Amino acid sequence: MSACDLLCDNVMQLAECDRQLIELTQGGLPLVPQPYHELARQMGISADEVMLRIQRMQDNGVIRRIAAVPNHYKLGFRANGMTVWNVPDEKVSALGEQIGALDFVSHCYHRPRHPPLWHYNLFAMVHGASRDDVQDHIAAIARLLGDDNHGSDVLFSTRILKKTGLRIRARE
Amino acid sequence: MMNQLERSLLDRYQRGLPISATPWADMAQELGVSEQEVLSTLQKLREQKFITRVGPVFDHHRAGSSTLVALAVPPERLEEIADFINQFDAVNHNYAREHEFNLWFVVTASDQAQLQSVLDTIECATGMPMLNLPMEHAYHIDLGFKLAWQE
Repeated sequence: MSACDLLCDNVMQLAECDRQLIELTQGGLPLVPQPYHELARQMGISADEVMLRIQRMQDNGVIRRIAAVPNHYKLGFRANGMTVWNVPDEKVSALGEQIGALDFVSHCYHRPRHPPLWHYNLFAMVHGASRDDVQDHIAAIARLLGDDNHGSDVLFSTRILKKTGLRIRARE
Repeated sequence: MMNQLERSLLDRYQRGLPISATPWADMAQELGVSEQEVLSTLQKLREQKFITRVGPVFDHHRAGSSTLVALAVPPERLEEIADFINQFDAVNHNYAREHEFNLWFVVTASDQAQLQSVLDTIECATGMPMLNLPMEHAYHIDLGFKLAWQE
């Protein structure tokens, strides 16, 4: 079963048209003057319906945003560190919101601890031009956390071993 | 080096691309340039790989069950174990990181049972200490990313 079957059948009850739209646009909109018309032509529906469906998927969160999606590495953000923090459980949401809002943090997540192997419950992906840059950002997060910082670590990636971006495939 | 229009497009449109019949013309109007300039600049940014695409960013967390998994493997076996893990279609990201837990990958499956079965298989086959760290809450507001332009 593909990820899209799931999206359709279990989670969002997406209509076949929405599924097809996701497939057609996950690699980007066609760079032609009227991209939604072009999609409509490919799908055999009206451009108004395409725009309506895109708007609805954005409203209900299936689409997070519509963007010119930057390639951070190419733009000079050569270092990324997965920073992990041990903060009081009762404060994790409030602190997570603050850290997630920092402009050098791309993702911030609450994840479970695994004692005794793993005591960290807050993850923040930090981007910088260099590792020194990332370390400065880490210091800023530590200042923000103050006494709520009960330990942290940073895990720099050394290699991407697998990365598959497009996950929704056409049905066989 | 990027020109002003390229920078403006990247700064302004990491979210909020208009859903309209003529989105590039709308953006052009906002930026005070022509539609053709917007289109050709986006095409150029994409060709030069400064942007990966122009379009919707989908929330894949809504598609089934997924989790972040970490394994602590002996460095000399990293390659071999990574190759084994990468064989699973359910694994879509896998990074080597500098840490005792040196292999970090995302597993996505259609439901929790299927996810657990992949994790069990990997844990069993590798025999390595494993952390299963599903996301409990996301705080990233996903407003895009502030780009610091270096002159």
